[in-house]
Amino acid sequence: MGTEKNLVTIKGLHYSRGDKVIFDGVDIEIPRGGITAIMGPSGTGKTTLLKLIGGQLRPAAGTIHVDGEDVHRLSSSELYKLRIKMGMLFQTGALLTDISVFDNVAYPLREHTNLPESMIRKLVLLKLEAVGLRGVWKQMPNQLSGGMARRVALARAIALDPMMIMYDEPFTGQDPISMGVLIELIRALNDASGLTSVIVSHDVEETASIADLVYVIANGRVVECGGSKEILGSSNAWTRQFMRGLADGPVPFHQDAPPLVEDLLGGGQ
Amino acid sequence: MTAPVKALMDQLARLGRSGVGVLEHLGRAHLLLLSILGGLGDLVRRPRLLLIQLFSVGVLSALIVAVSGTFVGMVLGLQGYYILSQFGAEQTLGVMVAASLVRELGPVVAALLFAGRAGSALTAEIGLMKATEQLSGLEMMAVDPIKRILTPRFAAGIISMPLLAAMFSALGVMGGYFVGVGLLGVDDGAFWSQMQAKIDTYDDVLNGVIKSLVFGLVCTWIALFQGYDADPTSVGVSRATTRTVVHSSLAVLGLDFILTALMFGE
Repeated sequence: MGTEKNLVTIKGLHYSRGDKVIFDGVDIEIPRGGITAIMGPSGTGKTTLLKLIGGQLRPAAGTIHVDGEDVHRLSSSELYKLRIKMGMLFQTGALLTDISVFDNVAYPLREHTNLPESMIRKLVLLKLEAVGLRGVWKQMPNQLSGGMARRVALARAIALDPMMIMYDEPFTGQDPISMGVLIELIRALNDASGLTSVIVSHDVEETASIADLVYVIANGRVVECGGSKEILGSSNAWTRQFMRGLADGPVPFHQDAPPLVEDLLGGGQ
Repeated sequence: MTAPVKALMDQLARLGRSGVGVLEHLGRAHLLLLSILGGLGDLVRRPRLLLIQLFSVGVLSALIVAVSGTFVGMVLGLQGYYILSQFGAEQTLGVMVAASLVRELGPVVAALLFAGRAGSALTAEIGLMKATEQLSGLEMMAVDPIKRILTPRFAAGIISMPLLAAMFSALGVMGGYFVGVGLLGVDDGAFWSQMQAKIDTYDDVLNGVIKSLVFGLVCTWIALFQGYDADPTSVGVSRATTRTVVHSSLAVLGLDFILTALMFGE
């Protein structure tokens, strides 16, 4: 196991989907024990970045080290071993819909440990208690609200006490109360369990309120990196537009298009 | 390059692209099949996964197969009687019904029904699991979705298919018996004894079982591949489900001809 200061080190990452360049030389370092936020507008490849870190996608060039291991040089069994130490919370929760909340949280425990069922039961209830949803263990995922499903998914992600958790847009589509609950949970889990948390999000305020370190990415590159206060007060035009939600700036309101007159008079050609 | 030449080259390029596309598609399907087969060893250690799928793939398809089998047998009894009675050969009705069922209609129609009932459900389920990131979620939990989700369904499909075909044939024979003996007055003893004398365990029954095993493999493989390869959108899943039924039906009918030629050809 690596003992470096950074749990995740990304160097010179290049990745394209079809003709579209998603990452064009990205360097990111994620320190152990903290909450690192990776922010940027929709379509900048934030989810792609998490999938690259988790080894679900392969970069065109560059390296990603997690806990001292080069993710994309591992054999498939080594990669699966590494993933046991990584939790990931998907945007939709990604709970298995044909089994109950209890079985969902128990799933990784049953897969990767030989614990007796009585012990699994205790662990599952404790994990559900940690996210405040012990009361719903009998329910099926389709009986839960979106926010609750995400919290159950969080309980599942921490079931094996991983060293890091990656959150994919945890705040999207949450009402203010579940948003508040999630923010508290992410901070509390990070500090109580000595986790390393990575949040990708475009919810500026919420993310900035808990992040220790913020990376802002745009157009395939890291635009800025620093503490959340630093980033919020940044003088960089791009960062300012994003953090303050300005309609126009370096990112234009209008997408690239031929002149309007040409389109209107062109007869639909 | 002149315009007609360019147009011709474009046509050729399009043809080439679609050819490469088809080959890529086939390649991905075969790679998936290999990975699914690689998970069979793991499945032996987790028989529960297989039992659950045997229920949803096999048992839940049983009713439609049973009802269809009975009606097909009844129709065979009716049609067979009218033709055979013209030659005074109605005593051989049992042979005609049973041979048609165990050699052809049992495996083929059961497979077509299977593709429509279980195949489409498998594709939609896997496609939606992909669209809702459940497969990705399993991967990130260090669980191989192919071994855990696809392999049990694949094995269940192959095991269920011959059983469903056997059920189809058995109930079809009963349907033929009901119409021929019960309604049209064919001799009871002749119906069964002729059938027993002429239907061969290996030539007829075993060949039918081999057919249904092949159909089970192909239908389940197509259904799983279409689901796994589907675009993770509602349109993508809907197209994949349609493709499953169309491709499976065509594959079953085409393969049936080839297998029949191999088994019964001189």
